[in-house]
Amino acid sequence: MTDTDKNNEPISQSCQGTPWKDETQTPFIKIIEVSKRFEDATAVDNVSLDIYRGELFTILGGSGCGKSTLLRMLAGFEPPTSGRIFIDDVDITDMPPYERPINMMFQSYAVFPHMSVAQNIAYGLKKEKLAKAEIKERVEEMLELVQLTDFAKRKPDQLSGGQRQRVALARALAKRPKVLLLDEPLAALDKKLREQTQFELMNLQDRLGTTFVVVTHDQEEAMTLATRIAVMKEGSFIQTGTPGEVYEFPCNHYVADFFGNINVFDATVIGNGEGTVEVELDTSGTRIIAPHHEAISEGSRIQIGVRPEKLLISTEAPTGEQYTITRGVVEDLAYYGNRCVYRVRSHTGRIIQVSAQNYQRSAELLLEWDDEVYLSWDTQCSVVLSE
Amino acid sequence: MKRSPTFLYSMLAFGFAFLYIPIFVMMLYSFNDSRLVTVWGGFTTRWYTALLENEQILEAALLSLEIAVTSATLATVLGTLAGLAMNRMGQFRGRTVFSGMIAAPLVMPEVITGLSLLLLFISLQELTGWPASRGANTVTIAHTTFAMAYVAVVVQSRLASMDQSLEEAAMDLGGRPFNVTWDITLPLIIPAMASGWLLAFTLSLDDLVIASFTSGAGASTLPMVIFSKVKLGVTPEVNALATLVIAIVSLGVLIAGWNILKKQRSAHG
Repeated sequence: MTDTDKNNEPISQSCQGTPWKDETQTPFIKIIEVSKRFEDATAVDNVSLDIYRGELFTILGGSGCGKSTLLRMLAGFEPPTSGRIFIDDVDITDMPPYERPINMMFQSYAVFPHMSVAQNIAYGLKKEKLAKAEIKERVEEMLELVQLTDFAKRKPDQLSGGQRQRVALARALAKRPKVLLLDEPLAALDKKLREQTQFELMNLQDRLGTTFVVVTHDQEEAMTLATRIAVMKEGSFIQTGTPGEVYEFPCNHYVADFFGNINVFDATVIGNGEGTVEVELDTSGTRIIAPHHEAISEGSRIQIGVRPEKLLISTEAPTGEQYTITRGVVEDLAYYGNRCVYRVRSHTGRIIQVSAQNYQRSAELLLEWDDEVYLSWDTQCSVVLSE
Repeated sequence: MKRSPTFLYSMLAFGFAFLYIPIFVMMLYSFNDSRLVTVWGGFTTRWYTALLENEQILEAALLSLEIAVTSATLATVLGTLAGLAMNRMGQFRGRTVFSGMIAAPLVMPEVITGLSLLLLFISLQELTGWPASRGANTVTIAHTTFAMAYVAVVVQSRLASMDQSLEEAAMDLGGRPFNVTWDITLPLIIPAMASGWLLAFTLSLDDLVIASFTSGAGASTLPMVIFSKVKLGVTPEVNALATLVIAIVSLGVLIAGWNILKKQRSAHG
């Protein structure tokens, strides 16, 4: 998988289309009102979730949000306090881990240190009591899949971190599970390897068509890998959607903030239109008509969010009805090569962050500290945030 | 702060001298052709021949070995089970008390362990008629009892440092609980069990106090025989015996060290 040809293949998700929007489709994994309470805390609080065949579903959240507990309940290491879990229409809630058609890749990889790479991969097949010849064949197939054929006889302590990760992956996939669970699959790898492995994982999933459920705390990892993301906080899902949906249409401040930077303005609702709400920003008094699918009662306090890359920065005022415009002074800027990030102090005194692509080739900065600028954004880009 | 190397080396030399000169002196005197221990009377090996003809010592040595092997094996089995239970059963009621009680024999004065076991054996005999007499059996039981604690501690610390997800991974891959213990847990704690066994073996071979309390007539272990001989004055025979013991132990350590080295080489080769 390391050869560049394969990385350059167009990435298509093995999950065709958007089955979660298609009512005729039946979900492959059904988590129904599952809770897990420990003696003094509720780790997972009445969670329901449908995952479709062939999806690469990501559960995203900070530490202690209950995502690992949910994964462990899917694997069978923790019994849920209440609720049921179905896979392919079979109730697996009370099934022990060794009987579930699910395999897991552990965060620590958990490669057996006293077995060679090939023995590690063969372990699950031996427990399945497959014929020797078939085990051999499948081990070879798996070794080839993760490009470890030359390392078959090595012991885990003679492998690098990335190779151990691939052993763990091959071992989990060798049993051809219906669902593969991945617990922070890339967390233990360094940055470069992580990016490469990310593409390998997607290619692999694409080729095999196995349903993947990934747990991670890294929003970038979640966005690049997933068909859909469920954002988890304090034991419940706060938003579930495609990477685009959770990034561009976050339901609240927490989700918006979790996926990158966002400028947030406090505002008051002053009216409702067709699929829009009209609000007034507290600091500047600017009126904005922002897109929103449901009506909000007048006088409600809400927040308006705008992503830094949606803001335009210029020395001259842009023209056009659709723009919301404000003025300010460049207080700070950071040059990243491909883009610049500006911190602009608006005339009302608050700091607004702007990220701008460097379209022009120029060694000089286009804008300098203390430059007077106009900030503008397309009203369509205003996100109404509840709470 | 910089210490002069001369100072460091002389301290090192002093430390080693303190440890090994008595042993070398003893080994040297085992070849001394004189009845008097402190007077050099020329080189001889006659004490070794005398030793080999001394049935009392040979019998005691054999008995000691027998007791040590049996009690070390029993202690390893029981201690491993105890270690597994302590590590795996989670937070059950009274866990702290139990783990304290398992470790207690480590700090208990031997005199007390010995005396209490003697009292136990006597009252057992009165109540059930068993053990009919005290001897090799009772010493073996006594040694198993206290050596078990050492094995449990060694095994438990190995288990505590083991990645719990290894066992979960095995279970996830289709291993039933019994398979998981057999395929994963045991191979990984075998080094700890081996060192526990060696520890138990050494402790048993070495023990004088508990054996003296729990043994009976006609069953004297090697330390007991040596101790009773020394009470009548150190004879070169005892020196010869000690030299042999040291030779055997050194050989064992050398073989073990060589094996470890070989393993490390093959792991990195």
